[in-house]
Amino acid sequence: MSESLRYIQAVNAALTWALDSRTDTIYFGEDVALPGGPFGATKGLHKRFGSERIFDTPVSETGFLGMALGAAMTGLRPIAEIMYADFSFVAMDQIVNQIATIHYSSAGRWKAPLVIRMQQGYSPGACAQHSHSPEAYFAHTPGLRVALPATPDDAYQMLRTAVVSDDPVVVAEARMLYPTRGPVRTDAPVEPVGGARVVRPGTDVTVVAWSRMVSAALDAAGTLAEEGIDVEVVDLRWLNPLDFDTVAASVARTGRLVVAHEANLTGGFGAEIAARAATECFTDLRAPIARVAAPDVPMPAAPALQAVVVPEAATVADAVRRTVRA
Amino acid sequence: MGQLDDYRLMARIRRFEERLTALKDAGEIPGSIHLCNGQEAIPVGACRALRDGDHVTATYRGHGWAIARGVDLAGLFAEMMGRDSALCGGRAASPYLSDPGRWFVGENSIVGAGVPIATGAALTAQRTGSGAVSVVSIGDGAMNQGNVHEALNLAAVLDLPLVLVVENNVYSEMSRISDMVRVKQLAERAAGYGLPARVVDGNDPDAVAEAVTEAVDRAREGSGPSIVEAMTERLVGHYSGDVQHYRPAGEIAAARQREPLARIRQAADADLTARLDAIDAEVAAEIETAVTAARAVPHPDPATAEEHVYV
Ligand SMILES: Cc1ncc(C[n+]2csc(CCOP(=O)(O)OP(=O)(O)O)c2C)c(N)n1
Ligand SMILES: [Mg+2]
Repeated sequence: MSESLRYIQAVNAALTWALDSRTDTIYFGEDVALPGGPFGATKGLHKRFGSERIFDTPVSETGFLGMALGAAMTGLRPIAEIMYADFSFVAMDQIVNQIATIHYSSAGRWKAPLVIRMQQGYSPGACAQHSHSPEAYFAHTPGLRVALPATPDDAYQMLRTAVVSDDPVVVAEARMLYPTRGPVRTDAPVEPVGGARVVRPGTDVTVVAWSRMVSAALDAAGTLAEEGIDVEVVDLRWLNPLDFDTVAASVARTGRLVVAHEANLTGGFGAEIAARAATECFTDLRAPIARVAAPDVPMPAAPALQAVVVPEAATVADAVRRTVRA
Repeated sequence: MGQLDDYRLMARIRRFEERLTALKDAGEIPGSIHLCNGQEAIPVGACRALRDGDHVTATYRGHGWAIARGVDLAGLFAEMMGRDSALCGGRAASPYLSDPGRWFVGENSIVGAGVPIATGAALTAQRTGSGAVSVVSIGDGAMNQGNVHEALNLAAVLDLPLVLVVENNVYSEMSRISDMVRVKQLAERAAGYGLPARVVDGNDPDAVAEAVTEAVDRAREGSGPSIVEAMTERLVGHYSGDVQHYRPAGEIAAARQREPLARIRQAADADLTARLDAIDAEVAAEIETAVTAARAVPHPDPATAEEHVYV
């Protein structure tokens, strides 16, 4: 069965599924219960499940992420919501020093089955403190799984996967995708973690993207097809576990690689993909690897400035053209 | 539990820390160690209020809490020796060890970070109706950490079964707490969270047990968190290599007259003294047995260094 849902509705459906089918789940964050979430992700959940299962917290990201960890270690399966990914930075100790390390540092004796749900990226007029794409920080941290759903269906499937995972998972959605609509397989079995996906087959060049940049890459591929360039688009979906095999197999077919993300260029996860490809796909590559990213500036708020900072389909198309002509 | 039981447990902790110091000096302990000599009455008194299933969270200065909670002595030594201990397989060492088998959520080497985590253990207890409580210990300096503030307010508004024990040894590392806060007692901060708090003599296990029992009872009946500030003194440096140049002359000598084991001995008659001597001898033998057992634990297999990052 497949339903047509907006991305944000798919998130809501996955959370409904989680609270309904797993009595050990509990949901908390700021304005999530009575108000239904700042973007409506938790609309109706409090009415249906009550304060026992979903509740509002004080504005205390460190406090409630630490609480999520302690609850996860002692038997619950918390889902904690960070309203904007930017606010995760005030709770980095709990994420990096605590949540990510306890399983390893106890030689596997404690588990931390929790989900940190957040949304990230720019939107028109949003300032530098509400526009970060911090996925590389989390992917850099051993012990965390990192999921970036690019479609309504993945918003549903990957969040459910995160909920049943026994490892801590950061699920970073893209606010700009919330209104987008697509088919969602609401009766699909829960998928295992990980797995990149070829979302458009092509022969000339591989574009690896995630989150909002997947749709930008697909748009670029449409434009480039008219110019006779056949683009293969890989939606990486999970940065951890990283499915590099799917990337390598694609590069083996196309011989060219462009990596696209909205996060800043330097130290972005694109650098990791490029480094791996340089090592593992060396003999397949016929052109230098290209990276599409925001330049190394904090995100400006004015749309006129965002227009030259935020990578879009045209930015991807330019990079592909340069790569194919190289 | 009577005075002799308290003495035995406190002596076990003291002897453990002293033996650990000797092992450190002998090069058998690779990392840094933070000892609780002089503060033993706090974990011993507090754990008297607890039962199986109650969680305890401590700091890097948490060996006493682990021992008071019944964590295996040989396991503790082996872990601190960097061996493949049954506790944490050599991945945690002295400042971050834990033991789920003894409900010991563990130490934490990030100041204050254990309080939000302990709040989570309290959340589980509340939501599952287990009747358990969550006790967390921090130092005086940790009261200036944002994580403690956030967690206390969170626990307060959720009425969680949390008991915060502040071990006020009047120093955070090398700085006096009186230079770091404008309140006389840290317990005054409790009013800001709408929580009850008490200040107790942290060198008296009975005083600690009485205050923590009151807080634990309150937590168990669903009336929310409490704070117990236990006044104490460190007999040793902040960490193993601390020469304590910052402590005024005579301070440590005076502390030695007030520390919990000395107090019991000062008040003891000849008969009690003989029994305390016998306990000391038994504890020393027990610690030696644990050291011998720990030395027999192999070092972790380097091939396992990447194991347990994920479930
Ligand atoms: C976040 C953080 N900042 C600084 C340190 C370094 N540090 C370790 S212990 C300590 C002092 C803490 O003092 P207190 O809370 O009074 O505990 P005590 O050591 O006296 O038991 C400091 C600053 C740390 N481990 N973590
Ligand atoms: Mg102190």
